Amino acid sequence: MNVKPEDFSCPLPITDHDTVQLAHGSGGRLTAELVEKFFLPRFANPTLARLEDQAVLECPVGRLAFTTDTFVVDPLFFPGGSIGDLAVNGTVNDVAMGGARPLWLSTAFVIEEGLPLATLHAVLIAMEEAAKAAGVTIVTGDTKVVGKGACDKLFINTTGLGVVPEGINISATNLKPGDAVLVSGTIADHGMAILTSREGLSFESSIESDTAALHGLVADMLAVCPEMRALRDPTRGGVATTLNEFARSSRVGIVLREEAIPVRPAVRAACEVLGIDPLYVANEGKLVAVAPAEKAEAVLAAMRAHPLGAQAVCLGEVTAENPGLVAMRTLLGAHRIIDMPVGEQLPRIC
Amino acid sequence: MCLAVPGKVVAIFEENGLRMGHIDYAGTVSRACLEYVPEIAVGQYTVVHAGFAISMLDEAEAAQSFAAWRELTEAVHRSGTDLFGNPLPPEETKE
Amino acid sequence: MKYSDEYRDPALAQRLVGEIHRTVTRPWTVMEICGGHTHAIMRYGLDQLLPKGLELVHGPGCPVCVTPVELIDKAVAIAACPEVILTTFGDMLRVPGSRQDLQMARSQGADVRMVYSPLEAVALARQHPERQVVFFAVGFETTAPANAMAVLQARREGLANFSELVSQVLVVPAMRALLAAPENRVQGYLAAGHVCTVMGFAEYEAIAAEYRVPIVPTGFEPLDILEGLLMVVRQLEAGEHRVENQYRRSVGRSGNALAQQAMAEVFRVADRTWRGIGLLPQSGLLLREEYAAFDAERRFAVQGIRAAEAPQCISGLILQGRQKPDQCPAFGRECTPGHPLGATMVSGEGACAAYFKYQHVWIPA
Repeated sequence: MNVKPEDFSCPLPITDHDTVQLAHGSGGRLTAELVEKFFLPRFANPTLARLEDQAVLECPVGRLAFTTDTFVVDPLFFPGGSIGDLAVNGTVNDVAMGGARPLWLSTAFVIEEGLPLATLHAVLIAMEEAAKAAGVTIVTGDTKVVGKGACDKLFINTTGLGVVPEGINISATNLKPGDAVLVSGTIADHGMAILTSREGLSFESSIESDTAALHGLVADMLAVCPEMRALRDPTRGGVATTLNEFARSSRVGIVLREEAIPVRPAVRAACEVLGIDPLYVANEGKLVAVAPAEKAEAVLAAMRAHPLGAQAVCLGEVTAENPGLVAMRTLLGAHRIIDMPVGEQLPRIC
Repeated sequence: MCLAVPGKVVAIFEENGLRMGHIDYAGTVSRACLEYVPEIAVGQYTVVHAGFAISMLDEAEAAQSFAAWRELTEAVHRSGTDLFGNPLPPEETKE
Repeated sequence: MKYSDEYRDPALAQRLVGEIHRTVTRPWTVMEICGGHTHAIMRYGLDQLLPKGLELVHGPGCPVCVTPVELIDKAVAIAACPEVILTTFGDMLRVPGSRQDLQMARSQGADVRMVYSPLEAVALARQHPERQVVFFAVGFETTAPANAMAVLQARREGLANFSELVSQVLVVPAMRALLAAPENRVQGYLAAGHVCTVMGFAEYEAIAAEYRVPIVPTGFEPLDILEGLLMVVRQLEAGEHRVENQYRRSVGRSGNALAQQAMAEVFRVADRTWRGIGLLPQSGLLLREEYAAFDAERRFAVQGIRAAEAPQCISGLILQGRQKPDQCPAFGRECTPGHPLGATMVSGEGACAAYFKYQHVWIPA
């Protein structure tokens, strides 16, 4: 489903302008109009509605998980989602990877002068729906408008807070030789959805982003395995980067089996055509988990019972040999090192 | 050099005076110029490089290769040696 | 993926590997000319499966690696013109020029755009009559027909704002130069399967006979490469030196006539400098006079390019297979994929980048 701004049925609020003006960010009447007509209705909740400079929240008991991320994706709308989905799900996921239940988000917008209000409206609707699906509330926010060319259309920052349950201690430093390395489903969907929807790359494609909030899946996994070693969502740099980070943090080796790596056929084909390695491509609705070997089956079963983990598999295991290195046994039985990427992977013809 | 990938022609059309096709690679579809393979028809396979089809895949030749490789498998077993030239223990030799 | 997956069957691969082991009785040195073969060999670890005596040498078949520094500098200079949209394959974006690469130029405000096909560049010219669209036409013979068609199409549509910066190179002159070098140790060749798809393999017959080397046009999947190697070693062991076609499903003896005609219409053969190797006579393509209007080098008359190579870079010796990347003093120190001194460290199939990626020794448990 290729989401376009005109798809949204929620009516565009009536304003004097079609596009975002500098005055919308200057704190005066136009700012108030923007907040009241565009932001408040989408993120409707009592805390936000007070429109104070800060959100005052009941302090939860326990350890807080706290994270921030900024989203600068181009195009703003792509098959399977938009910058709005990423802004909510991305931060929800970062909180969830600590084993925490996500509670509140803040959101800050930097808008380029001239952005169509219809586009902003569509992004906000996407955020509203993603937040509802994830069960989080957006309790405070900020908007700035910058001159033409000072930013690329729209940048969104979200910061998230959640509570880590008692007894959960998830960390990239926890890996032990023998542990099982698991992934929740097919890889490279998001990055290839973005790449194949770019102009100039000749695709008429069908690949959709996998953007999704993973905290429900994480909760199910921790229910059967509270001693989960590590969790991470492999965004920029893909599964390869995440596993390298784990291997370095814990000073262990990791060995993958190439035949276990799940990639949708259309995604794999697009990777072949452009000369891209799926292990290095971003995911926005998947997680990598490391669990004690004896719990691997139970964790996989819990994952597969959840809609976002239906295609979960074991990719390989943690080893004592070759600490800090990630390797893969290829289809043909040879071994190759899966190194950290240097910069973004570019399509090639060579 | 020369990353070129085989795909199936699923549509042929003209665009800006050039013969073009939609090429299906296992469910992902991309555009390619068919000017260098004018005889290709929908349903046939081609190898595409930089958005241009450069050959028609000879399916008969492809089938022959596989037949030859499978024959190699049988020959290895019949000869009484393993993959690396070492003699197989008698009970493993297939007649 | 049909016509890909079947060619990665591990059981069949094992059979071919075993057959190579049974066939080889002495040490042999075989070169894969094409960077795509280097990449596939590294990707599947095929070199780890071969008998110890069979040495694979990586050849200069990487058009990205051999594009002269001057041309990168010209591309960067042209891209800096405000009216220009410089279009390029992704491969060229991070190849170092004397001071900058195209990606750096973009970060400084140049309009540099990546395309998958030269026709996308033509489309940009059509859509933006007020801009100059320049396409960085790099490649071996596989890409030349595509680059030729872009020029033909631009002329048909009267797109005066389209031009190509041409960096086309030819395989056969490079092979001859390697074979003629006194220090050449290579005894057999895997020829580039997609170059041969376009050009056929008739022109290799004279080389095989003259230099007494087996030459096998080979495909790019693991089973193709293993069968190609098997064909080469069988000939070597039998003292034969023929051209033998492994990639029969795509390559015919005379190649693609229409593609060759388009190349001949638009380009002429010319002397060409190969980065790291030097001048090879009649080894490249330039636009013919009739198409001079589409030549970006003439249109933009870039002056004062003083190209400078990093002095420590030995990529030329590596491209000729005379040194291995880990023999370079700068390898892994001043020269890394994040900070490349030469093209063989930038290109995904450059030998130096491949070595860097796979240099750690993996100890199987």
